[in-house]
Amino acid sequence: MSKLKNCISAAAAGVMSLALALPAAAAPIKFDFWFGLSGDLERVVQTMCTNFNNSQTDYQVVCTSQGNYDAALQNTIAAFRAGKQPTIVQVYDVGTATMMLSGAYYPVSKLMSENGYKVNWNDYFPGIARYYATSKGELLSFPFNSSTALLYWNKDAFAKIGKTAAPKTWEEAADDMKALKGAGYDCPMAINISGNESWQLMEQFSAIHNEPVATQNNGYDGLDARLTVNKTKFVKYVTDLKSWYDAGLIKIKSKDLGQDMVQAFASGDCQMILTSVGDHGTVSKTQKAGMNWDVAELPVYAGTERKNSLVGGASLWVLAGKSSDEYKGAAAFLNFIAKPETALFWSTNTGYIPVTKSGFDFMKSSGFYDKAPYKGREVAIASLTASEPTAITRGVRLGNFTQIRAEFGNQMQAIFANKVSVQEGLDNLVKNGNAVLDRFEATYKGKQLP
Amino acid sequence: MEKRTTFSKWSIGFLFAVPQILLIFTFFYWPAGEAVYWSLTLQQPWGGGNEWVGLDNFRSILTNPEYWNSVTLSLTFAAITTTLAMGGGLILAALTDRQLKGSKIYRVVLIWPYGIAAPALAMAFRFILAPEAGFMSVVNHYWPGLWDPGLNGADAMASIIIAFSWKYIGYNFIFFLAALQGVPRSLIEAAAMDGSSVLRRFRDVQLPLLTPTIFFLLVINITESFQDSFGIVDIMTSGGPANSTNLMVYKIYFDGFKGLDYSGAAAQSIILMLLIILLTIFQFRFIERRVHYR
Repeated sequence: MSKLKNCISAAAAGVMSLALALPAAAAPIKFDFWFGLSGDLERVVQTMCTNFNNSQTDYQVVCTSQGNYDAALQNTIAAFRAGKQPTIVQVYDVGTATMMLSGAYYPVSKLMSENGYKVNWNDYFPGIARYYATSKGELLSFPFNSSTALLYWNKDAFAKIGKTAAPKTWEEAADDMKALKGAGYDCPMAINISGNESWQLMEQFSAIHNEPVATQNNGYDGLDARLTVNKTKFVKYVTDLKSWYDAGLIKIKSKDLGQDMVQAFASGDCQMILTSVGDHGTVSKTQKAGMNWDVAELPVYAGTERKNSLVGGASLWVLAGKSSDEYKGAAAFLNFIAKPETALFWSTNTGYIPVTKSGFDFMKSSGFYDKAPYKGREVAIASLTASEPTAITRGVRLGNFTQIRAEFGNQMQAIFANKVSVQEGLDNLVKNGNAVLDRFEATYKGKQLP
Repeated sequence: MEKRTTFSKWSIGFLFAVPQILLIFTFFYWPAGEAVYWSLTLQQPWGGGNEWVGLDNFRSILTNPEYWNSVTLSLTFAAITTTLAMGGGLILAALTDRQLKGSKIYRVVLIWPYGIAAPALAMAFRFILAPEAGFMSVVNHYWPGLWDPGLNGADAMASIIIAFSWKYIGYNFIFFLAALQGVPRSLIEAAAMDGSSVLRRFRDVQLPLLTPTIFFLLVINITESFQDSFGIVDIMTSGGPANSTNLMVYKIYFDGFKGLDYSGAAAQSIILMLLIILLTIFQFRFIERRVHYR
């Protein structure tokens, strides 16, 4: 199917270049944008593309969903190897290290300045910008749909145990879970332990506690970084999660079991979950009628000085090997996306947060965060900007991170099924994860992260 | 009677063969050759270059316990699904062949499962076998925690085996039914007149005449269980929990496409290809001899 799409877009590109060769005067310059979102979010992206095309007459962006993030990256790699790549592609956060070493991109900061756009890069929230920037601070890709992890909590259930605020520490959360259980709630908190939840359980936890996931400042300083999560505060966290699970305070919820954790929370079955602010809209739309809930920053262990949480989601990469006309179009498109009005449109229709301070201010001043379904989403900004990013909270930049996340899922499942102890499981995660990193380093022998 | 066509010049014969050769080359040898080349190098996904590493990829795979785990799982999966799917298909075909009431309806209905694409049927079985929301929740209602494919590897394996076998029962059924209907009625009638029971007739008359079909289906079922299981695993378990359903073909997909480790995945494909070739040779050399066609 995706092959077919590639063929079609290739054919379209052929027709397009023919059209350009003709002296037709005002034909707009077309360029391709491939993205990984689907369903409801795909429609929002398409509307944004139409808005851009209607806003001017010089350029026309052709937006094509590739189904999901993995497919968007795979198809783009295949297309790039065949010389038929799109001009812009959306790549998820964990693909960042692979992209940086690909040599297949055109740095966006260069693209914008060469095409006469003055972008105030300092306007971007540092936690977001540094994730996609070189170690020197040059932005390589364009922050697009950004999110971070939050604690969702059920106000009604907490009222039953006499509380009006979400737990700020894990010690407090443990007491709340016990009280909720005592008040007759079967599932005080829901988690999932597949590779996808590495993001909120391992990466976000480590960031806000200022603990490393890997050496070399989480991989920013070199391809020889190796995992360290079997020696950090993360060990205590997994030990606690496991003991809470054993005590029946935490339930595992996943699609495979019939109900994922967002559904479990929205239906009122579980009283707390840790998930992306991107799910804020889903919970509002699918929640049990009349249920009162809110979001809060992820808890930390008592005595921890909270640091900023990590950005999740995806960014836009401009690919190498296109014509200067297409680059002009791409720059115009990125400039359009960066406008506060577009940020408002985007955040209203998805759950994603604005990526610039001016976008956030614009939304705040227009009263966005005071209205019912969007109220609470500003907590995500607070979490992302809780501190100036440290060497460790800039992000996690490890090669083949998808495989490492999968290994996280495997080991967590083994731990929760009592096949291995917490320490053994995390030791295995580090050992197998390091083997993945060894391979990545060997594949890019002699290369360095920009 | 001589059936062979002869050409006056070899070049004309060659000309006729060219399209075939080109097709085989383009769609089999070329990609396979590419895979062999990739397996001997470390490929950068974006094509920025590659490094010759010889047999290093194979060495790292063959010394990886996770890999051997997936080989064991694949063999177990192949053995159990082939037994279930062929046994189930044979029983249903034998019952239908006996022309019981409604057998014409069964004949049509039982073919349907094979027509359902693996991902679609995996979605259906995910619902049916889900421990909390599906039909299996009844089981957990009476015996809490008995069925848990989310954390229990054996349960997860059982669910993909059930889904895969269900699909291939339909496939095997078609072939078994066709073969059973090819058995001359006179033989069965004669045996019946001699006073043999239904089971006896099945065992001594029909089954021996089915051996070529059984052999054919054995080869197909084992091969398909290695290759076609991918969609079901992807949707139902994603190889988990804790790698307990990480079949060889799924591991190749994950490492190659999601992990972007093209070389490691290519090396694993070569091993899988060799394994299937070996199994097929074994089947033809040792089992086929026991199969008589006429």
